[in-house]
Amino acid sequence: MSQPFRTEKGGRIDRAEELTFTFDGEEMHGHKGDTLASALLANGVHLVGRSFKYHRPRGILTAGSEEPNALVGVYRKGDQTPNLRATQVELYQGLEAISQNRFPSLGFDIGAVNDLMSPLFPAGFYYKTFMWPKSFWDKVYEPIIRAAAGLGKPPKNPDTDFYGNLYAHCDVLVVGSGPSGLAAALAAAESGAKVILCDEQAEFGGSLLSEASAAVDGKDPAHWAADTIGKLAAMDNVTLLPRTTAFGYFAHNFIALAERVTEHLPDPDPRLPRERLWQVRAKEVVIAAGAIERPMVFPENDRPGILLADAGRTYLNRYGVKVGHKVLVATACDTAWQAAFDLADHGVEVTAIVDLRETPPENLVSIAAARGIRVEAGCVVTGTLGRKRIKAALLGRLMTSGQVASGGQIECDALLMSGGWTPTVSLYSQSRGKVVWDAEKGAYVPGKSVQKERSIGAAKGLYGLQAALEDGYAAGEEAAKAATGKSSGVTRATASGGDAGSGGTLGALPHDRNASRVKAFVDYQNDVTAKDVKLAVREGMQSIEHIKRYTTTGMATDQGRLSNMNALEIASGALQRPVTDVGLTTFRLPYTPTTFGLFAGVSRGDFFDPVRKTPSHDWVVGNGGVFEDVSQWKRAWYFPKNGEDMHAAVARECRTVRESVGLFDASTLGKIEVVGPDAAEFLERMYTNPWKKLAPGRCRYGLLLNDAGFITDDGVIGRLAEDRFHVTTTTGGAPSVFATMEDYLQTEWPDLNVWVTSTTEEFAVAAVQGPKAREVIAPFIEGVDLSAEAFPHMSVKEATFCGIPCRLFRISFTGELGFEINVPRRHGKMMWETLATEIEKHGGTAYGTETMHVLRAEKGYIIVGQDTDGTVTPQDAGMSWAIGKNKFDFVGKRGLERPDLTADNRKQLVGLLTKDPKVKLEEGAQITTAEKPATGTPAEGHVTSSYFSPALDRMIALAIVKNGQALEGKTLYVPMPEGGIPVEVTGTVFYDKEGARLNV
Amino acid sequence: MLLIYCPYCEVERAETEFRCGGEAHIARPADPSKASDEDWTEFLYMRSNVKGIAAERWRHIHGCGRFFNAVRDTVSDNFLKVYKAGEPKPDLEAIAKEAGK
Repeated sequence: MSQPFRTEKGGRIDRAEELTFTFDGEEMHGHKGDTLASALLANGVHLVGRSFKYHRPRGILTAGSEEPNALVGVYRKGDQTPNLRATQVELYQGLEAISQNRFPSLGFDIGAVNDLMSPLFPAGFYYKTFMWPKSFWDKVYEPIIRAAAGLGKPPKNPDTDFYGNLYAHCDVLVVGSGPSGLAAALAAAESGAKVILCDEQAEFGGSLLSEASAAVDGKDPAHWAADTIGKLAAMDNVTLLPRTTAFGYFAHNFIALAERVTEHLPDPDPRLPRERLWQVRAKEVVIAAGAIERPMVFPENDRPGILLADAGRTYLNRYGVKVGHKVLVATACDTAWQAAFDLADHGVEVTAIVDLRETPPENLVSIAAARGIRVEAGCVVTGTLGRKRIKAALLGRLMTSGQVASGGQIECDALLMSGGWTPTVSLYSQSRGKVVWDAEKGAYVPGKSVQKERSIGAAKGLYGLQAALEDGYAAGEEAAKAATGKSSGVTRATASGGDAGSGGTLGALPHDRNASRVKAFVDYQNDVTAKDVKLAVREGMQSIEHIKRYTTTGMATDQGRLSNMNALEIASGALQRPVTDVGLTTFRLPYTPTTFGLFAGVSRGDFFDPVRKTPSHDWVVGNGGVFEDVSQWKRAWYFPKNGEDMHAAVARECRTVRESVGLFDASTLGKIEVVGPDAAEFLERMYTNPWKKLAPGRCRYGLLLNDAGFITDDGVIGRLAEDRFHVTTTTGGAPSVFATMEDYLQTEWPDLNVWVTSTTEEFAVAAVQGPKAREVIAPFIEGVDLSAEAFPHMSVKEATFCGIPCRLFRISFTGELGFEINVPRRHGKMMWETLATEIEKHGGTAYGTETMHVLRAEKGYIIVGQDTDGTVTPQDAGMSWAIGKNKFDFVGKRGLERPDLTADNRKQLVGLLTKDPKVKLEEGAQITTAEKPATGTPAEGHVTSSYFSPALDRMIALAIVKNGQALEGKTLYVPMPEGGIPVEVTGTVFYDKEGARLNV
Repeated sequence: MLLIYCPYCEVERAETEFRCGGEAHIARPADPSKASDEDWTEFLYMRSNVKGIAAERWRHIHGCGRFFNAVRDTVSDNFLKVYKAGEPKPDLEAIAKEAGK
């Protein structure tokens, strides 16, 4: 018989529309309006998964997002999404779902051996095991643990869905659409406020949708909900967002919402995003998040067929599903009794109501009696039987001595339990408010607001339907008034029934079983039992933070909303300190698991980071150049010709530059225009060098330090006029040098009459380097006498290139005759192509960053950030010559005078030549005095740059080594796994030490 | 996502337009040669790490680019005062009292 546990009538499902779905390959039927969980239950399926550690058979426990057991994978577009909670999966035609964490099948899972061996796997067992023997780490332990770890299986294919993002502003954001949330939204909206109302569920109404024995304005509560929603939907100032979880509360009332747009659709329109992230700035927030029922902690409280009482009620009244035919209700509070009564009304046999309390409320006892339901007061469930489905519960009677006496067994095929209610304070906690302990309610409730928010109804521990409505109306009006200054009275509905009730319990229940053998679960998803919490305390964990992390209680997808309070009470008992002393752990975002796709939004693939290209980019592509990434820039790395590998290409490029000429794109380097009467004074203060006497038309290599005295950047600076300098920086340092200049100008020297402008992207720069450089550029340059006498090394002049105004620098980073032409960026491509054609006539070549690195290393020119690491001073780098004498001050001057920076034995920049010229050192390799240093020997320094030098036809390297400048000629070693590599310490200049090749 | 008021633009903008510049009112000694090593170390590295009302620099880097100062409660992230660069350091204790701390 299809759906044997479906009620004959009632529920909000569409009984006319029957749907077919599969679970673990088995075909079943359900209805539109079902969740996967309610449909499975309608088919009598309770076993839906295997627990994380012990692989115990598990069933559906709840009807909400806090579901710990029923984690399933759902297929979509040929791949499956793991770890979805079946209670949130909306049923559609053809849905395919699978259970998780079982092999080979749900019914027969070999992982269950863990349950038998459970004494070996208490909480924290992995801190004490898998250590010996060491050889097992890679080969045995890791593969086994990897295979066993986790719950679902990850999808195999890249995510082809797209995810939307939008920003929204509103006056009042209402989170939750149960009675108090709907009332608040209505009151705020009718006051004219702009309202956003969101709820994680597909339908608005919350608890109103499962309330069968109360009335609002004389009608069915769901009817009032529908009415209210209708009113809200008709208002222009209201945005309704079902299937939308408020998952994060950020500063200044910035709330993040995750809207699930197509998850519930079998065949979604491909133009729709799968999910939408709403980033909402709300003037006021109303948190109507409700409360979550607590499980009771008794031995074997985790069998399939055991659910929370309110879940049982929800499945019955909202989904038209009976959780069983013979249901036992175990409780410590009033609300579960209503579940019993509702079930009895649908013809379900309620085998007993077992209430912890000696004297439950008389009215409830009478109603039970009237329906012929057995009541056992002052009793507890002390255990259950039935491995894959509960078949009986063990009864225990509480004696006055505190002991528990056995009361026999009660048969049942389902058990509904209620330990009481826990207000959902997650979002409030995220807002940085502190919860306070309410001893009377036995709960943590929101304390003072830190943000502009308020919690209402059950979320603040205020139960009962009438109270919820009143609280909602009041809060909605108050929030609207606070946000807009306006409020208006809204017609208030009144409720009858749906009383708050009383009762509740915390912690583990007493029993008459062997405590060290039984498992009473506190956190279902992470398989944490009451004795695990006690074990943590015995092992010395005192703080709740340690207890949480040692046992992993509260660390599952419900973030402890089902388990925290029970764990806290057990810990409090074991520590013999009151609950308020033990404390509560912090709730963090996201409220429930949220997809990576939602956070990524459009920041994927090509949109992850902007790509910055230079004007030569297309030419490089067309000429087979290979790029490397430098920050966000694509820079030509090398140009392989005729099947060359990188080594061959670089060697050819280097030789060609030194023998004839090379062309290099230097556009990415930072450029800053420094202008004003105080321009020279400003540079005097910023850089180590003197600038005031630098004549217009001349350049100087500028060294930039921080005020601690360490090198942070460098670059050639050209003076164009008395009041105008063209400053260059490294590619990576451009933004930070510019920011540093602004910092000093705005906050330290606002009196200086100078302004700085970033011009990095304004000029395209082509570097032409090599003995034939002059011949290459001469045909295109006008306005400059290029001869050595008229335009010596380190000159700058404004000229034209092919008639385009340009700045021509005679500077060199290669040690050869060199020029750099700066043209407005839009002419960069023309400039590059013109020069690229011209160098062919001279046997020249384009070269990339790798060659650039080798050529400068042959000349001992540093690269900041490679040969320096933020701890290198000018003296360390052998650049004392760059420091202006008799300068009153510059950034770094005072820092350099500190004792540590003037001490002996500082690491200094040197050159290294390997004894065997073919051996190449690794950059970053450590340097020692001994060939085979003992473990723990501190290094003398490390290798900073290492290349094959075509000019010397051997390997060269730069390094920073303690006292390096005094070690020239000495032998040191670079220890590697194969053995120590002997190296000779040399000066940093390997080629053309006199610099004659620059002055031609 | 903090909302910060820029005193130059005279408008409240999201924190992504700004960059925090660390503790405010730390003046670089006008004559560094007169600073002792301890003074210079203090200037370089020592910062108050206030739990509560603190004065800090902010720069409207993706806006007008100006530096300004703010008094912020580091616990609640409430901005209690925003003032232009160059204006004197406000009385933090008085501000704290007014905020009810």
